[in-house]
Amino acid sequence: MSRYDLIVAGAGIVGASCANEASIAGLRVAIVEPGPVGGGATACSMGHLVAMDDDPAELALARYSLRRWEAFAHLAEAEFSRCGTLWVARNDGEVAGIAARVARLNAAGGEAHAVDARTLYELEPALAAGLAGGMLVPAEAVVYPPRVAQHLVRCAQQRGARLHAGRSVRRLGRASVTLDDGSLLTGPVLLATGCALPRLLPQLPLRPRKGHLLITERYPGLLRHQVLELGYADSAHGDAASSVAFNVQPRPTGQLLVGSSREFDVEDPAVSPAMLQRMLRHAFRFMPALRQLQGLRAWTGLRPATPDGRPYLGAVPGHPDLWVAAGHEGLGVTTALGSARLLIDLLLGHAPAIDPAPYSPARVLA
Amino acid sequence: MTEHYDVLVVGAGPAGLAAAQAAASHGARVGLVDAQARQGGQVWRHDAVHGTPRAASRAINASVGTRVPVTWLARHQVIAAQSQRLCAETPLGAVELSFGRLVIATGARELLLPFPGWTLPGVTGAGGLQALAKQGWPVRGKRVVVAGSGPLLWAAAASLRRHGARVLGIHEQASAAAMRAFALQLWRWPGRVAQALQLRAALHDVAHHCGSFVRRADGDAAVTSVQVTSGGTSMRVDCDLLAVGHGLVPNVALAGMLGCAMDRDGAHPVVQVDELLRTSVANIHAAGESCGIAGLSAARIEGRIAGHMAAGATAAATSLLRQRRHARRFGELLERHFALDPRLYALAEHDTIICRCEDVTLGALDGYTDARTARLATRCGMGACQGRVCGTALAQMGRFPRSDCRLPIFPARLATLADRASPPLPSRDSGDNHP
Amino acid sequence: MNTVNLSINGHAVTVPATASVAAAIATTPAACFRRSVNGQPRAALCGMGVCFECRVRIDGNPHVRACMTPVGEGMQVHTDD
Repeated sequence: MSRYDLIVAGAGIVGASCANEASIAGLRVAIVEPGPVGGGATACSMGHLVAMDDDPAELALARYSLRRWEAFAHLAEAEFSRCGTLWVARNDGEVAGIAARVARLNAAGGEAHAVDARTLYELEPALAAGLAGGMLVPAEAVVYPPRVAQHLVRCAQQRGARLHAGRSVRRLGRASVTLDDGSLLTGPVLLATGCALPRLLPQLPLRPRKGHLLITERYPGLLRHQVLELGYADSAHGDAASSVAFNVQPRPTGQLLVGSSREFDVEDPAVSPAMLQRMLRHAFRFMPALRQLQGLRAWTGLRPATPDGRPYLGAVPGHPDLWVAAGHEGLGVTTALGSARLLIDLLLGHAPAIDPAPYSPARVLA
Repeated sequence: MTEHYDVLVVGAGPAGLAAAQAAASHGARVGLVDAQARQGGQVWRHDAVHGTPRAASRAINASVGTRVPVTWLARHQVIAAQSQRLCAETPLGAVELSFGRLVIATGARELLLPFPGWTLPGVTGAGGLQALAKQGWPVRGKRVVVAGSGPLLWAAAASLRRHGARVLGIHEQASAAAMRAFALQLWRWPGRVAQALQLRAALHDVAHHCGSFVRRADGDAAVTSVQVTSGGTSMRVDCDLLAVGHGLVPNVALAGMLGCAMDRDGAHPVVQVDELLRTSVANIHAAGESCGIAGLSAARIEGRIAGHMAAGATAAATSLLRQRRHARRFGELLERHFALDPRLYALAEHDTIICRCEDVTLGALDGYTDARTARLATRCGMGACQGRVCGTALAQMGRFPRSDCRLPIFPARLATLADRASPPLPSRDSGDNHP
Repeated sequence: MNTVNLSINGHAVTVPATASVAAAIATTPAACFRRSVNGQPRAALCGMGVCFECRVRIDGNPHVRACMTPVGEGMQVHTDD
């Protein structure tokens, strides 16, 4: 039997961040991960560091987390690229909404500003003609999440954390877990298992939300900013059974990462040619030059989606010594570092830097 | 646009040509697809100088003379597959092909193993340089070292000489004893004996070294010399080109995407088929090298069997089974006598590039035990060849098996992936007027 | 023999009509087809469309496999250096 101060189940970007924070706080940490570190939704993700402004709680968490990401700006493993985020408006209606969004982001410390159509094309000449304007958030960035997760786990290991690689949690006990090889670990448990959360904790509603991505060959200079349509939030936070939104990102390699799609209740992880087609056709309307690019690989991932779009961060009511950090949907990379710090503050009885109430698992158990 | 064929054959090499002809002989509407501009595959590749080999011309012409002529679909690179449909990229855009029965005759590629200097211009595959010479690549007067393993080395050397190359030597890694044992078994395949004698005559003045391999290539902008190890000794050979290949590996990506079960042949997957060349998926057959390396004769017979089966002519297919078994045994002979020397797997050094697309060195892969984890951390296999070169080499070297097949099967224009015909889509975009 | 005229890195080249772009490039002094991600020179390797080492820019389209492309009259081909 092995005794720990915290057993972290799941070594995606969220679990890895939590394990790292816990080890910094001096806790004796175990990490249980059945697959490669950062190999789940973390590896499938775009790796954008972007604040969405339509939910104040999520904005607060994102901004808090983005400040913590600055510490990784020079870490080679992070492949941190400060490309900025350029939100594009298709019509005057979307332009009209920009001022309020700029105000909300700036109030949260986001340094956003509106750009007119002329400036939009100076920033990104490859965008389709006829766009009405946009909003630029210059300080936002992209990272390479699986390597960050691996780095964070290594950091935790250097502080004594024990990685149980290739193992999964078979059963939760009272302040203990039984692994699939029968071994018993005791101590407070933190579930950071993303989409696998319902297997151990079915009382917290969580649905997988499938997404498609495609990466191209290298076309350095074709695109400089991560570009999203202002209607992205309609897709991200809407509850349509399926939707697509324009989101293209320049990787430091010169490759373009093209998204995005969202589908509820699709179990099959295979790339759906029809959904890929729909996603690409939508993207071409914003950036026709994409048509001629060579696509190297398309893949899918499952976002862990909660009913209100906010993650579960905190103690699980009715289960002593059971904690959860899961359900980050499409913002797990952006919010991982802030989520981890908030969670470990709660665990240690410290006052978190931001209000934890909106993320409390208790909200869905009432 | 979707085109429908009763029988669709992917790959226009010996197996695919035979399959197309056999299926069409029963009146089936047959489509023959290949990424190349011409029929013949690799072994029967059209030669820009010397034309098409006679056997190939006969096989190509035969498909025109069938009851319903075969539709030839050149420069169709199959990039996606889904149940009864394939998507191909052509110079004119995306084409969707639907089929009643499919024959997978995707052949093989060369096994290319890493060694110091293998990324230098002028270092090619053995079959690779042969293919390039047939495309018109100038080799006249060039000093060429041919190395690696298998009968392909002889065929490549003979081709290169026909194009005017100075072949400095053929370095076969198999031992002289293994080569003698191979030669002693060859009488069972009289066609092979004739071919071997022809090659021997054509190469009578070329030095042939057994138990010999290239351990490194040197040069600045291009290869200028190689280090050859033979027995216990090593020597430098100055050259303009190094053609080095270590045998063949089946192309199974399309079959994998269609969900066909695989068998293993050494480190590499081969399409699992029954005696009548049915794969594990209904209505899909496979023939030739994609089912395991056995050479030209087996490919031709298997193509016929698969073509007959795809047209529903089981009796015609069954009548060829004895021939098939005999031809397949040649593959076993190859495998036995050209088994690779494990020293070849240790040539790459810490700073030798393994993944040529992403410049990942062997040293960067230290500590990784599976392809996916290594890929996520190092980018190994993330590039345009999709791991076809590095993943195959690492599997052969015993590092880790190749990871799963991916979509698209080959890199494709985004327009191709977006334009391919498919059922009408639910659209949330219908009301948009922008952009 | 039918021939085709094309331009490789701005130089006029005449090759047999049945040649590939890879072969046409090899008739010029350009030893390098592309630069690898770390800047190393690379040229055709497999000759059969598998390895992607012979990628060049043809008529403005980058990343085209030269060994898979038949030459065409007036084609504009650019290699990396």
